[in-house]
Amino acid sequence: MAEPAESVLEVRDLKTVFRTRGGEIHAVNDVSFHLRRGELLGVVGESGSGKSVTMMSLLRLLPMPPAEIRGGQAILNGRDLIAMGDDELRAVRGAKVGFVFQDPMTSLNPVFTLGNQIMEPLIKHLKMSKAQAEARALELLELVGIPGARQRLYQYPHQFSGGMRQRVMIAIALACDPDVLIADEPTTALDVTIQAQILELVKELRQKLGMAIIWITHDLGVIAGIADRVMVMYGGQIVEQAPVRELFANPQHPYTRALLQTIPRITGERETRLKVIEGQPPILTGPLTACPFRARCEYRHDTCDRINPSRRAIDGLPLGQGHDVACHWNAPVAAEAAHA
Amino acid sequence: MLDAAGRPLVQVENLKMHFPIYTGIFRRHTGDVKAVDGVSFQIMAGQTLGLVGESGCGKSTVGRAMLRLYEPTAGRVVIDGEDVASMPSEALRKKRPTMQMVFQDPQASLNPRMTLAEIVSEPLDEHTDWTRDQKLERVYELMDQVGLNRRFVNRFPHEFSGGQRQRIGIARALALKPRFIVCDEPIAALDVSIQAQVVNLLEDLQEKLGLTYLFISHDLSMVRHLAQRVAVMYLGRIAELSPSRDLYARPLHPYAEALLSAVNEPDPVLAARRKRIILKGDVPSPANPPQGCNFCTRCPKVMDICKTVKPDLVEVEPGRMVACHLYPAAGSTGASEAYERNQQGETQ
Repeated sequence: MAEPAESVLEVRDLKTVFRTRGGEIHAVNDVSFHLRRGELLGVVGESGSGKSVTMMSLLRLLPMPPAEIRGGQAILNGRDLIAMGDDELRAVRGAKVGFVFQDPMTSLNPVFTLGNQIMEPLIKHLKMSKAQAEARALELLELVGIPGARQRLYQYPHQFSGGMRQRVMIAIALACDPDVLIADEPTTALDVTIQAQILELVKELRQKLGMAIIWITHDLGVIAGIADRVMVMYGGQIVEQAPVRELFANPQHPYTRALLQTIPRITGERETRLKVIEGQPPILTGPLTACPFRARCEYRHDTCDRINPSRRAIDGLPLGQGHDVACHWNAPVAAEAAHA
Repeated sequence: MLDAAGRPLVQVENLKMHFPIYTGIFRRHTGDVKAVDGVSFQIMAGQTLGLVGESGCGKSTVGRAMLRLYEPTAGRVVIDGEDVASMPSEALRKKRPTMQMVFQDPQASLNPRMTLAEIVSEPLDEHTDWTRDQKLERVYELMDQVGLNRRFVNRFPHEFSGGQRQRIGIARALALKPRFIVCDEPIAALDVSIQAQVVNLLEDLQEKLGLTYLFISHDLSMVRHLAQRVAVMYLGRIAELSPSRDLYARPLHPYAEALLSAVNEPDPVLAARRKRIILKGDVPSPANPPQGCNFCTRCPKVMDICKTVKPDLVEVEPGRMVACHLYPAAGSTGASEAYERNQQGETQ
């Protein structure tokens, strides 16, 4: 297990369920992971894989009901977020943990100036005076690279472009100097050249401020460029976890392998035909009793239908420290790789 | 498709699509949004032209104006020998079966109250006098072609997944046996693992039916995979139009270069080594484009002439068209000198 001293956040066996009229949807199934200080952890998965719901469960940002956290712990600086009361948790949101959402168009309030929206957490959480908060807001806008910050403070969201709005969202998330920043597909809605600007900004800010970041995305290209470590999610659970270079060089789970092969490249040989993952992602109507990927897996055998594989390390390191995978099939592959 | 090879099916000449701006209480015409401002290209029969650019650059407007979903402001769109842009409406109606469109959002482009059979046979209702059975037979045939199970024929759009809905959209486009299809971001709304399914389907259909595609996308790596030639658009104009292989190996226009360098490399080792060109600022408004080259406000290689004179799209190397003052037209003097200057710019 990870040493508690170096982890900012430690999540154990998190389980989130949505109760709908059609039955229960098991969106997050016993997810465990940790986040080290100053680390950027990438979380990859398709829509419905549970990546966003996992992170939103931590801060109880889901509407409850229908959502229900069935169990688990999330230890942030020695305190369990899941067991915390609402008032206590409110003091954590925005102050200890910052959140950047996908769509900068809808996550800013159109009727307040940006200055107002950046100052809000400062006044609420840090009990700053208005003048102090304004000075800090100005500092933050300059930090995230918004030119003419002083005039910009008094402008409304519609006066900003998409890229600028996402910079503002990052400024708000950073306002109280959080220990953890959770970014949920923050560049997905942006054009590639603007996306490149934001990724560059995040790299810079990490060097300057050194906070730990969880970066949720479906884009393996983004992950390759910025993450230290990657978790791949499928069917509401973590199917593979490894340092970024290891994951791309030596993917173990059939899903990760297929995912890496379905994306066309911008360099190198042009592929004649794209590899396809046949079928659809699973609908998680009950607890997982078999491997969620089995219906689409080319290595499926009868064990996969009976037992949901648990995560196991392939490199002998403690779980979560090195490379681990949840799959019945690739045990022999790992052995082969070790011999080769 | 031997007979088709080497002959352009689609020719677009100086296409303009301006949307008027009305202001004040008298709704006076005070300006135009120049969404597409003089775009020319050709597509060979049976081939795919990729049209790439960022949101707001006018790439979707080009596709829509070509099919007369908008009334183009100026220019010619010759499809299979006939100018669609100036065609009278009755002739246009007869022409429509040969040119179709696949839309971005299969959720929004399928009527939620119609079944699959009704959606796919609607073009047949409009353009043929077939009996119900004939139409149903054609619907089944199309469902087989796009890989939808025949049992789903009476289901509604909400009963399908995103990828399946896009297959319905493709089946509808194919219903009247078109020769030319505009694919407007057909995979943008789909998950990564589903994107490849739809792209492979489009490729299979092209091969089997000899289709010609205009593939509009912001996904540069997917366009590289699909298209023989690629046009890069910026603010209503084409910056570069080159064979796909040349463009991706060595982009000439500074915008094409920056755009390609901004694509995320899905390999952490390569990603760490790569040098990216990070463009400053945002795209100017198409209602008020810069006086000179549209890219001059963000171009890392901007010169004085760029701020006053709009560069034309000219052939600078065999088969490669670029609109940039760094590259005088092939044959005229000074080309190599400008190229050298550009190379120096890169190494700085």
